[in-house]
Amino acid sequence: MEKANNDYLIEMRNIEKVYSMGSGSFKALGDVNLTISKGEYVGIVGPSGAGKSTLMNIMGCLDKPTGGEYFLDSLDTNCNDNKLAEIRNRKIGFIFQNYNLLMKVSILDNVLLPLLYLGYTKKAARVKAKETLEKVGLGSHMKHKPSELSGGQMQRVAIARALVTNPEIILADEPTGALDSKTGAEVLKMLKDLNHEGNTIVVITHDKGVAAHAKRMITVKDGCITSDELNDKEVSA
Amino acid sequence: MRITELIKIALISVWSNKIRSFLTMLGIIIGISSVIILVGMGNGTKQKVSDQISSLGTNLITVNVTRNRFSITDEELEELKTKPGIKEIAPQISSSNVNIKAGSKSSTTTVEASNAVYAEIKKYTVSQGRFITARDVNNRYNVLVIGTETAENIFGYTNVVGETMYVNGIQFKIVGVLESEGTSTSGTSDDKIILPISTAQRVLKTSKASTYYVEAESQDTVDTAMSYLKMFLNKKCGLDNLAESTTTNNYYRVLSQTSLLTTATETTSTMTNMLSGVAAISLVVGGIGIMNIMLVSVIERTKEIGTRKAIGAKRRTILTQFLIEAATVSGIGGILGVVVGYIGAYIGKTFFSTSIIISQDIVIAAFAFSVLVGLVFGIYPANKASKLNPIDALRFE
Repeated sequence: MEKANNDYLIEMRNIEKVYSMGSGSFKALGDVNLTISKGEYVGIVGPSGAGKSTLMNIMGCLDKPTGGEYFLDSLDTNCNDNKLAEIRNRKIGFIFQNYNLLMKVSILDNVLLPLLYLGYTKKAARVKAKETLEKVGLGSHMKHKPSELSGGQMQRVAIARALVTNPEIILADEPTGALDSKTGAEVLKMLKDLNHEGNTIVVITHDKGVAAHAKRMITVKDGCITSDELNDKEVSA
Repeated sequence: MRITELIKIALISVWSNKIRSFLTMLGIIIGISSVIILVGMGNGTKQKVSDQISSLGTNLITVNVTRNRFSITDEELEELKTKPGIKEIAPQISSSNVNIKAGSKSSTTTVEASNAVYAEIKKYTVSQGRFITARDVNNRYNVLVIGTETAENIFGYTNVVGETMYVNGIQFKIVGVLESEGTSTSGTSDDKIILPISTAQRVLKTSKASTYYVEAESQDTVDTAMSYLKMFLNKKCGLDNLAESTTTNNYYRVLSQTSLLTTATETTSTMTNMLSGVAAISLVVGGIGIMNIMLVSVIERTKEIGTRKAIGAKRRTILTQFLIEAATVSGIGGILGVVVGYIGAYIGKTFFSTSIIISQDIVIAAFAFSVLVGLVFGIYPANKASKLNPIDALRFE
């Protein structure tokens, strides 16, 4: 096996994902080659059913490809479930369209949960989670439950949760999908600011307007990358 | 992740579904409380029986003779008394439903007839007057000692020493009143009259004693006394002395208080075990209830499980979380069951005068068992949760 190139944070080689169902099979991704470096802000766009969700699941180590190799921060991701959970915990921060917060506990408890899985003591985790919540502007809401917050605030909690472990990469799947345009713009500005601070960000969206904030735009269609270009018309937030 | 954190998560989940959690716990609550109450009742009964038996003294040996098989003569009794270990012997003739009459009132009661050492051996005391003496026995005097309840029944009062009453139509003089003993498992023991054995043989027209109470010199000589008694009885019945199992034969039975105690304890223990077994079944049913609800909970919380996995929870973490949740539900059920058990025991004691003794051991064991039930029946749902695929779980609506 060829060694991974240390310059890339994400390196995908001939990634393939085939779903076999009943008699036939369905190729969701075919022969994807992709590299992303530290500090990039990448938008992945494409119509629904194009395979961008599959790509994001594989990139986020939620799913395994059926073919090809994927190195994340020079680590081969072809490993067991436990190891993958550890990679997700340490290296990846997820932001979902529907926030996916735990509704029964406070937002502070939501944000410190990844740290507990990482092995932090509750005390240390609380300190760090507080800092992160303050950073996203929710320092005064820490004892609130997600249901008491607006959609935009909930997404900011999700961002804080994604950030709290200082991951190598932040994966956002339709981060503004459930928000109105004003709060959506706020979230996108926040992602941009995070990128300026040096975070690597990948946004998956069907909305070209959202992807326009990224520095680099990758278009996926029918399971293949059809274009990969620098976004010279980058929207400044 | 620390176990205290997981317990906290479990408690939040239990609390956010209060009614459902309570209904789930109900099986465990009923199971644990009934085990505690039933075992407590078993222990209470055991204690009561053994108290009654040992109140008669541990030196007591009872010889039951199958009626009319043979009788032991006075001379033989005298000879037996000289044997090592044996202190006193009181032959007893008893008869129930004997007619008694005083003034215009008549009734029936139980007659116990024996000699002068009877009171000492059976630990009877008189509250007034005196007991039967050797002189009464030798001279066949028509005297009797009366139980308080019998006196109350026939005279209306208990201060009856010196009064006259009729037993089977024969006139007797009351010389003593027994101290009240209260009620026991074998009914009231205050409804009886005690006659000199020689007089009773005439009045009741029976000459043979069916029971002999033997007092050993001390607790240590009970065994010696018993073997001399058996030797004598075997010879009298023509039985083989070497057969050690002569405690059970068709002619006689020799029982010490210790053996009575053992038998009684065994009986109540068997009963207690059976009842607790039935109660334990309800614990298993409760466990199935927990499994059922946990399975529902896993489905309801699929998305939560997916989220937890996405942010880095390992299979083991999810497994532990759900196991602890099941154990928390059953453990809280166990604690409530213990509380209900204590309340039930209190009600039983106060309002139904049932003797219930709750031992700490059984409470601890019952609680531990309830937690165990949760763990065992939580394994399947927890395992199911831990095996969920994160993508499917996240997509679940």
